[in-house]
This record gives sequence, structure tokens and C-alpha cells, in this order.
Amino acid sequence: MPGQLPDGDAVPADGALPDGTALTGRGFGVYVHVPFCASRCGYCDFNTYTAAELGGGASRDQYADTVLAELALARRIVNPPRVDTVFFGGGTPTLLDPDDLGRILEAIDRTWGLAGDAEVTTEANPESVTPESLRRLRKAGFTRISLGMQSAALGVLAVLDRKHTPGRARAAAREAREAGFDHVNLDLIYGTPGESVDDFAASLAAAVGAGVDHVSAYALIVEDGTRLATRMRRGELPYPSDDVAADRYLAAEAALGAAGFSWYEVSNWATSEAARCRHNLLYWTGGDWWGLGPGAHSHVGGVRWWNVKHPSAYASRLADGHSPGHAREVLTATDRHVEDVMLRLRLSSGLPLSALDAAGREAAAHAVKDGLLEERDDRLVLTLRGRLLADAVVRDLLP
Amino acid sequence: MPPVTANSPGATDPGRIRNFCIIAHIDHGKSTLADRMLQLTGVVDARQMRAQYLDRMDIERERGITIKSQAVRMPWTVREGDQVGDQAVLNMIDTPGHVDFTYEVSRSLAACEGAVLLVDAAQGIEAQTLANLYLALENDLHVIPVLNKIDLPAAQPEKYAEELAHLIGCQPEDCLRVSGKTGEGVPHLLDEIVRQFQPPTGDADAPARAMIFDSVYDVYRGVVTYVRVIDGRIEARDRIKMMSTGAVHELLELGVISPEMEKAQALGVGEVGYLITGVKDVRQSRVGDTVTINIRPAKEALGGYKDPKPMVYSGLYPIDGSDYPGLRDALDKLKLNDAALGYEPETSAALGFGFRCGFLGLLHLEIIQERLEREFGLDLISTAPNVVYRVIMEDGAEHTVTNPSEYPTGKVAEVYEPVVRATVLTPNDFVGAVMELCQGRRGTLLGMDYLSADRVELRYTLPLAEIIYDFFDQLKSRTKGYASLDYEPSGEQKADLVKVDILLHGEAVDAFSAIVHKDKAYNYGVTIAAKLRNLIPRQQFEVPIQAAIGNRVIARETIRAIRKDVLAKCYGGDITRKRKLLEKQKEGKKRMKMVGRVEVPQEAFIAALSTSDSPDAGKGGKK
Repeated sequence: MPGQLPDGDAVPADGALPDGTALTGRGFGVYVHVPFCASRCGYCDFNTYTAAELGGGASRDQYADTVLAELALARRIVNPPRVDTVFFGGGTPTLLDPDDLGRILEAIDRTWGLAGDAEVTTEANPESVTPESLRRLRKAGFTRISLGMQSAALGVLAVLDRKHTPGRARAAAREAREAGFDHVNLDLIYGTPGESVDDFAASLAAAVGAGVDHVSAYALIVEDGTRLATRMRRGELPYPSDDVAADRYLAAEAALGAAGFSWYEVSNWATSEAARCRHNLLYWTGGDWWGLGPGAHSHVGGVRWWNVKHPSAYASRLADGHSPGHAREVLTATDRHVEDVMLRLRLSSGLPLSALDAAGREAAAHAVKDGLLEERDDRLVLTLRGRLLADAVVRDLLP
Repeated sequence: MPPVTANSPGATDPGRIRNFCIIAHIDHGKSTLADRMLQLTGVVDARQMRAQYLDRMDIERERGITIKSQAVRMPWTVREGDQVGDQAVLNMIDTPGHVDFTYEVSRSLAACEGAVLLVDAAQGIEAQTLANLYLALENDLHVIPVLNKIDLPAAQPEKYAEELAHLIGCQPEDCLRVSGKTGEGVPHLLDEIVRQFQPPTGDADAPARAMIFDSVYDVYRGVVTYVRVIDGRIEARDRIKMMSTGAVHELLELGVISPEMEKAQALGVGEVGYLITGVKDVRQSRVGDTVTINIRPAKEALGGYKDPKPMVYSGLYPIDGSDYPGLRDALDKLKLNDAALGYEPETSAALGFGFRCGFLGLLHLEIIQERLEREFGLDLISTAPNVVYRVIMEDGAEHTVTNPSEYPTGKVAEVYEPVVRATVLTPNDFVGAVMELCQGRRGTLLGMDYLSADRVELRYTLPLAEIIYDFFDQLKSRTKGYASLDYEPSGEQKADLVKVDILLHGEAVDAFSAIVHKDKAYNYGVTIAAKLRNLIPRQQFEVPIQAAIGNRVIARETIRAIRKDVLAKCYGGDITRKRKLLEKQKEGKKRMKMVGRVEVPQEAFIAALSTSDSPDAGKGGKK
């Protein structure tokens, strides 16, 4: 979740959606934002706070109750048939006690009902979990865990300010599987200043060797206002190079492909269809979800809104019985089309040709000729080179 | 209207009149001296006084240069000497101080009997002043040499008096010494103007003939035409006739400037004043033309009339394509006041719709561009200025090329380019540097003279094309700012010229085509290709940049294909942000100019075209 919230229209105090807003029927998810971290990483601009940064009223102890208050408000606004996916993100959700996480999950179940095969994921830092806490999470109903491994190279972890040792992520993944998690993801970051070809190859080998069924690999994005950006501006660290990032991406595809992973979104690989993150797929295919927590984004039937960013403001809104919604936007038909093309094209399932107008189809034909797209069963799918130029392809396809 | 007296316009004895101009380099203090004269003669009182009273346009005042000339009538009673107490009428005719306006200068000089040669006593004479001095001498004007700024600590009046005496052929003590700033010496100068300059002579009974030495468009009054009456008399109710076209106009008003417009009943022999006829375009009232009276027209026009001829061309394009109609309207308006400005619609594949404009020279170009941007709020891209080429094909067909992209294809037999006679004045320490520069620009040395022990006049024939290409900047930088330049057209010469095209991904970019000397083609190609490689962002495919003469590639650079253009993460909360970013990128893409399939940002064109080779030649000493 980015640190800067977009501009938008006002949200009414009761949080009511515009008249006529209806669930899309493409599945319903719940996102729970946990805005706490043990320390802030130099590259991170997410909406998260260390204990030192937060005063009273928004403390970690009371956080679960505050989220439950928003859930009570949400229940009056939407009424989905069931919850298909739940995702706890942060921050570091595992800084909350597993009982707190379990309590929130239970409340979601009570509110809307969890589907029998619901996917319930939590993000975790490798150093913030133990075999014991993992067993408790599994018991509380979590089915999937996503570990922020980032790199297997000590030097890279140091530049990123990550606290864990290179071996810890792999151990945590093993512990998670032993605790009964069928689905374990490792997050990797590539293109960090100082990372060598061998560093990244070692990271890939470690991830593959950890026996997980899902890997996400992201190019380092240097966000404004982060410590990393400051260090680069001062010349203490070089800026990441797009050419290097492209090489790393190709290395990831090669190593993961060889280990039996296939891509299903430009930055995500899984060993099977079942191993794909259904919650993220819901985002990318226009499903509905409610985002709980400060700064959390929601989408219901073409209305997107986002909560106030600061945990204290969030808590006090709810204490007053008001919606924590900060602003919202009602998507126009054009907006929806743009999002549809922008998101679906990133998926291995691709974009149906029928989604494009004549000019878009002509642009697609050009992209096919240039080797950026492939046409398969009336769908457009990015080639390997096209995945690296996805944004450019999207711009070409849109009017 | 005040009662008619012996000094009234139309009733003034020519014997009292002295028509003169001031020849000076750009910052040698002409306007300040003129201000002082206005005060001393009482036509402007201290309360009304403002600095550079006569310079009307903002640009003039800001740059300290005079573009349009004026004529002020001032009464003066001689204070000292054998003519003490004589009442005179002085007409001070201001001359444009720039190389591009030599023709206008020559017409202003033709309206005078005398010239004050004003030279900064700390700097000495400069090339343009010298050129105008020669013009004045050719027009048989009597010259009073004057050293200005004698109040400055750095003034060296003795040294420069020697120099002026040497140039004019007088004695050093004949040089007057004044300070326009303090007023010292100015009354004496006014006395000397009466004493030394001849009064005008003309046939009062002959059919009227008056020479137009300036013509200015005024939004409220239409065209105001400045004339000097040579023979006869023009009365307020006459119908006048322009002798070059035969066009007849009703006279709405005539008068003199003193220093604002004052209506009068008539203008007689030797008098200087203005005419208003209600025409709206200075082309109907051209500098150098002869005005006569319709009912009793003169048989022969005064000599010296020329049609203004553009020497330098440049394409002007609005950065925002929707400003095109605004640019057209603005040019139409500027044209009302500028008989020399020519333009035609032009389409560039790279820059869109614009105009190919013809100018007298580079300052003229710069002034027009600046006025378009400042007065009309337009943002413009201008192509590199070029001269006019005459191309003769092997089959005998002849083409006049004002735009490099229209250079004919096929077998070219001969190409002719315009040349100028250039005069460079430089301290002798820099003679070597100046010669090196001129030779590098294909110059031919015509002669060299020492004006004084340490100042040298160098005369060259140079291709005009070489002068409009950063010559003046180079001259200034190689001489630490001391050298000055003047030039005048001097026909054409056959030259070994080729057209260099710049190809982007195989497509020629018309805005970058240039006609250059064969020996310089490679250099031009390499320079522009390297520049574009840095200015054009990487595309989804590899883009070769080639410089070519016909089909022969002489230089090549490559923009490597971009390999990554994708945001790694796109979670639920990123979607709105990413969509907005995408929309912004789409907007940016719309502002790109397409050259074939290559997206080129406007800024790349601007940066590539606005080289260090800015049109700067002859701007004068203001640096």
C-alpha cells in the first residue's frame, strides 16, 4: 500500500456507497491492514509505523478492537454471499499476537461467513515468526503465508535495512510447511544497488530450494521520501538501472521456470494453479473487496475508496462512529476499461481481444509483430519481452 | 494649434533648419545624449523626463537598442560664438543602430545634412559605427566627431580623439567632448550643430517631393509616416501620392514631433515631420519611397528606393499546435509595422503547422520571435536559420531554396550562396584569433588597416550562412568581448554545398535538414546525431539515427531499445494510483511528435534546434 493517497471525492460519514452500487459477483475479499513494524526499512513508503512513531489511542494492543469496529460499520454497507479470500498485509501483521489475528479472522467469518475453501493469507517477516506462532496461525485458520525474504545476500539485506539473516527466510518457510501451511510464498526484491548477478542467482536458488509453491519477485522501486531515495540523491548509492532490472527479471524467469514455477502475473510465479494467490487475482480481475485498517483501499462495484492514513485518525473516526473513509472515486466506464486492460494484460490468462476497440486491436497487431504480445484463442498474452514492457504495451492499446 | 510664427512648421526659413542624426554604437550613450538635448532645448521639462525618452518599444528600452527611428524637432538659440543669439530649428533624426537595418539607416542619413559621430571615450569606435560613418560620408554628410562619457574614470579622450581624427581626416582637437550623463559639453555641441551643418536646400516652388525615412503602425492612428521634405510643400489638406506604387491617399493629418506629435498646417522645404493617411499597413508607405502631391505630382522620384529583401529564413512553429491560428494573427499584426517581414504557411512532418519567415537578418529574427512570445504569449520552436540558395540543375532548371528540406533532388550542377562583406574591429592582440575564425568560416581576407597603434580593422568576404551560425558568439569569446562586427550583403558565390539529412529510424526529419559546405557536412552530421541520441528517450525498438547526403550515410548513432517499462507491483491499493499514472503518461505521449514510429518529445526538438549556435550575430556590444 503506497504512502501517498490519491485525491478523490468525499466519503459520507456513514460510509454509505452511492445509490445503485452493487457487488460485481466476481468474488469478495477482505484485506486487513496492520500498520506496525518493528523498524522501518529504508526502501519502504508503506503506511506503517514503529512503536516509537505511534502515540496512545492507536496502539497495537487496541488495534484488533478498532478493526472490529470498522467491520461492524462495513456489515451495514455491503452484504456479500461469502468471503472468498482474506489477506493480512502491512506493515508486519505478525507483530500482532496470533490470537489478535485469529480474533479478527473470526469476526470476519461471523460478519459475512468464510467460504469453506477460503484462502487466508498473512504477510510475515522471517524474523517475526516462530514454529510456535506459525502453528497458532495455522490453527486460527490461516492457509497461506507470504514471507518477505527479499534477498539471500547479506549486503543486499543491509542496503534494504532488513533485519533477518540470509538463512532465516528459508528456515521460516520450512517451519511454515511443518506447521501445516500448504501455500508459502517468498518475496524477492531485485536490482538493489550493490546486488550482483551472483547475489540474485543465490537468492533465486535459495527460494526455490526452500520448497515453497509461490515466488514474487519485484524490481526495487525507489519511492520519494524514503531513506533510500535520500541516499541516492546524495550520491551515496547508485540509482537502479532498468537494464539491470531487465536482466534480473530474465534470470528469475529462467531459474523459476527450470524449477517448475510458471508466471501468472508479471511479478508472480507459482508451481500450480492452486498455488496462485487468489486474493491478488481478485484485485486483478475486478472483484470486490473491503479493506480494513488505516489507509486501506476497498473496491465494491466500481467504487474505490480509501481510509484515512494515520492509525490515530483512523481510530478516532471509528470511536466517533464515523466511516474512516478518506476519499473515494466512482469509476466511469472509461476508467473501468482502462483498469481492465491495465490489470488483465499483466496476467498469463491475458486480455480478451474483444475488450479492445478497432484502434486497440490495430495497436495489438503491431505489438504482436514486434514480439511483445502473442495471440492465443482470441486472447492477448504478453511474451517474455512484452512482460518487461507491459506498461508501454498497455499505453499503446488504450485510446 | 499655436499661432504661426517664424519657427512654425510650414513657415520656417530653411536657412534656420539643421537636420542631423547621431551615429553611435549600441551602448555608447546615444539615448542619454538625446535625453539631454530634449531637456536643454526645453521640449521636455524635467518633470516629464524619463530615461531614453524616445525609445518607445519595451524591447528597445530593455535592450538599450533602437529599432525604429524617430525625428524630433527642437528649437535652439545659439549661446556662444559668432552666431550667438541665432534661432535655429534642429531636427534630430534617430537612426536604427543595427546591421540588419542598414537600408533604413541609409534612408535616415539621406534625410540629414550632418551627422554627429558619437563614440564612447572609454571604448573607441566599433565596427557598426564605422560602417555607419562610411555610409554617412558616402551620403556627403558633414560629420562632427564627439567623444561621450568623458565623466568616466576609464575615459581616454586623447587616445580616441586621435583615432577619430585619423578616420575622418580632421584634427584631434576638432573632436568635441561631452557627457550625456552630466550634460557637460552638450550646449556647445548644439551650438556647433548650428554652426557646422549646412541648412537644407531645395526648390520651394517645385512639385512636392518628400522622402519617407520611417513608417510606423499605431493601433489608434494607423500608419504614421515620417518624411523629410526635399522640394515644394505639403499642406494638411493635400491628397498625397506614393511614387513607387502610384497609390493616392487622403491626408488626415500632418505635423512634427516635439517630442510628442504636434499637428501643423504644412511642411516646407527641409522640414521633417509626420503624415497620417489612415492606411493600416506599412507596406503602403514604404521607407525610401517618395511622397508627392496628387494634383501637381513630381515627375521623378528621389533616388535610393529599394524593396526590402529577406536574407535569413527560419521556420516558426507553435509548441502547442492549437496556437497556430494565434501565430498567424500575430504575424499579420506585426507585418502591419514591418515591411520587411515575410512569411508563408509551412508544414513540417516533425513540427506540425507553422510559418517559414523571412528576415532582414538575425536581430530582426530575434526581435520578431521575442515579440511573438512576449506580446502575443506564444511558445515557439524555431528551426535553425538559413540563407537563400540558388540551385542550378544539370538540365538548366533553377531553384530558389529558402528551406533546406526543399532542396531539389536530382543532379545539381551549381549552387550559389549569398556572401557578405564583413568588417571586424579588434584590438591587435586578437588579430590572429579573428583571422583563424574567419578562415574557418570560409572567409576571404580583403584587407586590414590599423585604426590606431593597437586597433585593427579587418575586412572579409564571408558566406552569410557562416555568419548566422554562432559567428558572433565565437567572435566575442575569442576576443574577450572586444571585437565588433558589421556586415553588408555583397552578392553571391558558387560554393561546394550539400544537403545533409538526419534520419530517425530511416525517416528524414525535415526540421534537421541543413545545407552545409561539403567539408563541414560530416561534422554537422556527427554533432546533431550525437545530440539527438541524448535527447530522444529509448523506445521499444532500437532506433538508428543517421546523417546522410542523398543515400550516403556519413554518421550514425543508435538509441538502444528500452528493455524495461513495467511497474513491478500492482496491489489493490495501487490500482487508482497506477491508473492515474497511466493517464498522465498517455497525456505525455500525446504531446510527443511522431517521426514514423519514433516518439520524440517536443523538448528534444527545442533543445536540438536551440543550439549554442543561437542567432546572435551583430547584436552589438551588450553582452
